[in-house]
Amino acid sequence: MTAATVPAAPAAPSAPRRRPRPAGGSLGRYILVRFLLIFPTVFILVTLVFLFMRTTGDPITAALGGRLPADQLAERIHEAGYDRPLIVQYVEYLGHVFTGDFGRTLTDNQLVTDVLFRYGGATLELALYALLVAFAVGIPLGMLAAYFRDRWPDAVFRVFAILCYATPVFFAGLVLKLVFAVWLGVLPSSGRAGPRNEIALGRLENPTGVYLIDAIRLGDPAILGDVLQHAVLPAIALGLLTAGIFLRLVRTNVIGTFAMPYVDAARSRGVSEYRLVRRHAWKPALIPIITVIGLQVALLLGGAVLTETTFEWKGLGFELAQYLQARDFVAVQGIVALLAVIVAVVNFLVDIAAALIDPRVRY
Amino acid sequence: MGVRARLGRLPVIRQVRQSVGLQRGMLVAGLVITGVFAILAIFAPLLAPYGFNQLKGDDGVSFGAQDPPSLAHPFGTTVGGYDVLSRVIWGSQTAFFVIAVAIVLSIFAGVLLGLVSGYLGGWLDRVLVVIADAVYAFPTLLLAIVAAIVISHGQSNLVGGVFAAAISITVVFIPQYFRVIRAEAVRVKAEAFVESAKVIGASTWRVMFRHVLRNSTRTLPLILTLNASEAILTLAALGFLGFGIEPTSAAEWGYDLNRSISDVTSGIWWTSIFPGAAIVLIVLGLTLIGESLNDLADPRLRTRRRSSDAAGDDGAADDDIEVVPGGAIDADAPADRERA
Repeated sequence: MTAATVPAAPAAPSAPRRRPRPAGGSLGRYILVRFLLIFPTVFILVTLVFLFMRTTGDPITAALGGRLPADQLAERIHEAGYDRPLIVQYVEYLGHVFTGDFGRTLTDNQLVTDVLFRYGGATLELALYALLVAFAVGIPLGMLAAYFRDRWPDAVFRVFAILCYATPVFFAGLVLKLVFAVWLGVLPSSGRAGPRNEIALGRLENPTGVYLIDAIRLGDPAILGDVLQHAVLPAIALGLLTAGIFLRLVRTNVIGTFAMPYVDAARSRGVSEYRLVRRHAWKPALIPIITVIGLQVALLLGGAVLTETTFEWKGLGFELAQYLQARDFVAVQGIVALLAVIVAVVNFLVDIAAALIDPRVRY
Repeated sequence: MGVRARLGRLPVIRQVRQSVGLQRGMLVAGLVITGVFAILAIFAPLLAPYGFNQLKGDDGVSFGAQDPPSLAHPFGTTVGGYDVLSRVIWGSQTAFFVIAVAIVLSIFAGVLLGLVSGYLGGWLDRVLVVIADAVYAFPTLLLAIVAAIVISHGQSNLVGGVFAAAISITVVFIPQYFRVIRAEAVRVKAEAFVESAKVIGASTWRVMFRHVLRNSTRTLPLILTLNASEAILTLAALGFLGFGIEPTSAAEWGYDLNRSISDVTSGIWWTSIFPGAAIVLIVLGLTLIGESLNDLADPRLRTRRRSSDAAGDDGAADDDIEVVPGGAIDADAPADRERA
């Protein structure tokens, strides 16, 4: 009964008023509870990052330690307030984070939020391309593997899935670069666009940072083609990582649904094998995939740091790696805390999407 | 109980016996690959032609930089003038060392926390679960980077570098062990034998460690193998970002790959392909083992033998615990309980 009434999403919030139920169960309540859960998550992560980064030393010594005499160093530390008690710094930091101030980078004195807005688009673009590759590769191959269960195509696809997982994204990136950029010379080896196009894109007013959109706005097909060409190798390198996980998930779940009586019933009615896989077995198998995309976001972000470094894709991950190299821990702390917020919010959205699709997710 | 039967109860050996066909092939392949790397790691001093940080041959002449593969250097030399083959072999030693430290530490911390949290419950349990869930959702690589900064402040020396990497990986793993052991402890503590022990007057600690823990470890071998492969990837990623181990302290594949980024653009393949292939192979081996164990433990995925020769081989599937996305785990629970 619940399953039949609740999926009408927009109408759901009004449902409990008409027909109050004792222990939740409505979509509106679920969304509210899930939304409130973001705050402790973000709070814990920000606190952990702060404690981790600050208990072992101050960022100024880490960044400038060998380069400044001791008295100047002490002065800089005092100016920045790093010699005060930890608890005072912590309360101040929480207050700043609460108002959206994640600090200024030490090495080039920029607002961390500015860094995010300037480079976030590039990372988002890369992550979306990678997800596309992962879906396009993982879902069909997973269905095939499940269909040919325990026969040789299954073995091939499963080893492929494990290889996807076993290959570090940066190694996959290096091999792709070697083959397609150096040996075959068909695709560019690094960057997000050719140098001239990069300048053209940089001149655009209010750039989104997502080059695909910016290139379309410029209206020059040559630039658009160049931008897309640069995206191919990074997208494959990062996408294959997730593709392996999708492949395994789809395979396991399709095998599970294949064992259901309704599949047998469909088969006995004479439904073709292709239709059986396409229409009957794989739809229920999709739900677990949507629920794990939330975890994939974390994986994609981690992978993006490595992919961007390999391909000099100037996004948030590339910047993070640069700040790491420079030992600028204020910037690192800011970017990591910001990413924590992003991951928490995306997880929230994914959970809501999963609840809209599958009533069983709600409690 | 005979030696054969006793041997059959050991985690991996039992699964090899239980498996058939393709599944057995994948499990054995994984064991062989991992075994080869274990041998490389143990006998690295004998097998490697040079030391991992050796820059000169016995005749005192420096190795060339970026030399292509030759008789003296079968895998060529790096931009820093190291012998690639030697660093690949020594790298397996570093990898195994880091895996061992990371897993021992994370099992110790994660199991202890999970057990206390699951068995005692209350506010401590709630707080720990929220923290573990928050950390679990966080990108593991970023967490490992933050941990590496804390532990070594980005500078790594000899043994410190290895330990720093291992502890950084531990921080990532603790929530995973915590979740699994906690779930098991919550399940087991409702069993009759736990209540009996309490009635007899066993202390809380005794019940926790002798009765609950003993029966909560059935999924550990599986998570262990999967985590071992993840440990290697995290170590390599840290090394790739310049937060791993200094090249003079130990050989580390991720660092070598980082140094080979510029080589690749000029067509020098040997400095990246060999250490990269080493990572892929060892992770492949460990994952093949882990995935086979997972499938064998899941009655939905296990390939069954003809019913005549393996009656009673399928354990009762009373409850599932999701550890791996998409795969439920269920070992032969009743058998374990009988032993308690």
